[in-house]
Amino acid sequence: MSCMRRFCHETQSHDSLHSCMCRRSVALLLLKMSEERDPAALSGSAQTEGEEDLFVSAMESPEAARLSAEDISPSSNGPRDDDPDDPDDLFAEATEEVSLDSPERQPILSDGPSPAITPVTISPRVDVFDRSPDLDEDEEENRDTFDIQISVSDPEKVGDGMNAYMVYKVMTKTSLSIFSRDEVCVKRRFSDFLGLHSKLASKYMHMGYIVPPAPEKSIVGMTKVKVGKEDLSSVEFVEKRRSALERYLLRTVKHPALLKDPDVLQFLESSELPRAVSTQALSGAGILRMVNKAADAVNKMTIKMNESDAWFEEKQQQFENLDVQLRKLHASVESLVCHRKELSVNTASFAKSAAMLGNSEDHTALSRALSQLAEVEEKIDQLHQDQSYADFYLISELLGDYVRLITAVKGVFDQRMKAWAKWQDAQVMLQRKREAEAKLQYASKPDKLQQATDEIREEIEEWEGKVQQGERDFEQISKNIRREVGRFEKDRVKDFRVVIIKYLESLVHTQQQLIKYWEAFLPEAKAIA
Amino acid sequence: MMQEGLDDGPDFLSEEDRGPRAVNVDLQTDATLQVDISDALSERDKVKFTVHTKSTLPNFKQNEFSVVRQHEEFIWLHDSFVENEEYAGYIIPPAPPRPDFDASREKLQKLGEGEGSMTKEEFTKMKQELEAEYLAIFKKTVAMHEVFLCRVAAHPVLRKDLNFHVFLEYNQDLSVRGKNKKERLEDFFKNVVKSADGVLVAGVKDVDDFFEHEKTFLLEYHNRVKEASAKSDRKIRSHKNAADDINRIASTLYTLGTQDSTDLCKFFLKVSELFEKTRKIEARVAADEDLKLADLLKYYLRESQAAKDLLYRRGRALVDYENANKALDKARAKNKDVLQAETTQQVCCQKFEKISESAKQELIDFKTRRVAAFRKNLVELAELELKHAKGNLQLLQSCLGVLKGDT
Repeated sequence: MSCMRRFCHETQSHDSLHSCMCRRSVALLLLKMSEERDPAALSGSAQTEGEEDLFVSAMESPEAARLSAEDISPSSNGPRDDDPDDPDDLFAEATEEVSLDSPERQPILSDGPSPAITPVTISPRVDVFDRSPDLDEDEEENRDTFDIQISVSDPEKVGDGMNAYMVYKVMTKTSLSIFSRDEVCVKRRFSDFLGLHSKLASKYMHMGYIVPPAPEKSIVGMTKVKVGKEDLSSVEFVEKRRSALERYLLRTVKHPALLKDPDVLQFLESSELPRAVSTQALSGAGILRMVNKAADAVNKMTIKMNESDAWFEEKQQQFENLDVQLRKLHASVESLVCHRKELSVNTASFAKSAAMLGNSEDHTALSRALSQLAEVEEKIDQLHQDQSYADFYLISELLGDYVRLITAVKGVFDQRMKAWAKWQDAQVMLQRKREAEAKLQYASKPDKLQQATDEIREEIEEWEGKVQQGERDFEQISKNIRREVGRFEKDRVKDFRVVIIKYLESLVHTQQQLIKYWEAFLPEAKAIA
Repeated sequence: MMQEGLDDGPDFLSEEDRGPRAVNVDLQTDATLQVDISDALSERDKVKFTVHTKSTLPNFKQNEFSVVRQHEEFIWLHDSFVENEEYAGYIIPPAPPRPDFDASREKLQKLGEGEGSMTKEEFTKMKQELEAEYLAIFKKTVAMHEVFLCRVAAHPVLRKDLNFHVFLEYNQDLSVRGKNKKERLEDFFKNVVKSADGVLVAGVKDVDDFFEHEKTFLLEYHNRVKEASAKSDRKIRSHKNAADDINRIASTLYTLGTQDSTDLCKFFLKVSELFEKTRKIEARVAADEDLKLADLLKYYLRESQAAKDLLYRRGRALVDYENANKALDKARAKNKDVLQAETTQQVCCQKFEKISESAKQELIDFKTRRVAAFRKNLVELAELELKHAKGNLQLLQSCLGVLKGDT
């Protein structure tokens, strides 16, 4: 790789023995290939983001999110470029810490208008964010009342053929002052959401923030919609996606740092959003993502971290177990959804055959009873269908979300490992420089000695600084992760509790209906004479 | 492999009485001959039924006795009725279906093979379920054989049949072997001929309104019952699949509950417990629907076929009678073999009239039995569904109460 010889931006050195896969060089290479400007997919690209003008207005907002100055400073060693126009510099002067939990926070509800297309009779929207006045032990913050409602609705098809896409209306109602208006309505398409996530991930993941993952792409699903099939499956697909996008946004704004992020604000507020083509799988950025993923996998295998903190080891193991079990549970629930749908279909078909049997039965009372049975079964089939929707929208989607969230959590732990590796690497470099200095003492040419000594001294200072920075970064990310994990766990407990209770309530409703139907049928059966 | 007594069977058969599914119309004959299957043993590839008889009839040596019979012997008895010309005018009670444990056995075997790939708890759970399924099939086959015997015992003419008495009393093996290939092939051809003939015979319009109506009715009814039976089977299978899923969910929730470090652990454990219980109820619902609805439909599918067979025999006799009439006219015209033709015609006439008379009564009884059976089963079905739904509801509500109270 060419970075072996050139100045490597990652480690800010000329060292050719640097073992990390230098993404910056690959990125620059690929950028030349693709004509699209794609700022965010690259980690801290050298190119400035086109939307920086819009960020200026956000910068002026007094309540801009502030992160600890130690985290991000223009001179920090990081994959970020020292670009003065980099909007991330927004946080350069930050002094306050971000709190995770504020006692005055109000529920974040998704209260918007019902989606245009919905086969669901049980409301799929869940008040997932229940409030309880608990304080984060580490931080407290005085905040004004904090409320925001976001809804994603009215999916509309734009264009046709294979270039068609769905556009969703995103409505934000809020009283927060960082927003320019109380109520904003914008139109966004799926790739916009992906673009937002991609930007947020590149900005925050390496600091240890758990960035909520965006909904997954689905080529099959989208193709059906594009082709214009108006059947039930494509309607369901659109509804599933709409609901997933809404949950995604709600989770994102629930994160105190992300809520203040200019990209998020822009996404929610500005009427025109530059198209995030970098999210396409086959774009230059897409390929870069794949390269990154491979690099990460390799790194993960090669980095052997000495874990000094048992908390991290324990948590990682817990998340590993949780991941396995949630996936299993998700698979079982998906199977249940499928079988219940099947049950509904089969019940309906049985109802029809029972009605036919009733018709051909020549004993009047029995014939009537059989027709009644057919009616009961028909109602029950509808009940099963509704229940399967509840199964799906309440439980299955929640589990799917959490499986993806846990992947993000694991990613954050990996980031910490990388930070540690960087710190260790810096220490190794420092050691080498010191050895080089020592060796210089025995060097021959005295005239060049002074210059060489000065040079080496400079480098040593540089690397000492890097070591310190590395340690600080590592400590900061560790701290962030602890906080994030604490927040995540609290949210997880709330989410699951609320959803499971809602689900059980739906089951109760089903049983009550069943009782009603059979109680109505029983006298009919008894009346057969 | 397994030995099952039927004394604990009340939850399988009707809740109040373990009487035959078909309700006896004539209650007076009850006391004189009572037949039931008091015990059954399932071996590798056959089931041994203990047929128990209580009778005050003089032709039996004792008042109460038992013999052991296998499925083939039941079939032999049934076939002997069908082949007996004397019984042409009766609806022959349909033979019980062959005991089929193959599917269940296969599942148990698969489970045994896959033992290594699942946790001990999962394995035990699935094993219990499969064993319960096996038991259910077993009970069903016993019930169906019993119903057959009871129908015969309740029939005023068939109960006097000699073969039947031998079947009930002879305490040695009847040496009835299953049909060999040649015989089965013969049967096959016989059936083909019969169906072709049946079509011909059915085409003959009957003067008698009652029979004409019955013919049309039975044809349509038989087809509709067939469809309803198939659909109900499919529905019940889906129901069982859903119950299995809930079972797996309960297991995973339990594991989650034991692993979780947050407050959710208690939550998960409680919900896991709930789902375990509701799953059992759902499985019961599917089983009860199977019994009260699916089995009912299957039985009447077979009986309506038997009724159709009766109509066919009568139709056949009618055609024979008409042919004999024609032959007689021809003979009289030619004045040749008149006496012979007259005798044949007399015989055919008697046969036809005998069949017609008893057939009418049989078909009326069939209707009465059918209506009564449907009534009984539909009422019981509704009552069981209610019972289970209420049980489910109570479990859910109490769990919800606990969970909400915790927060």
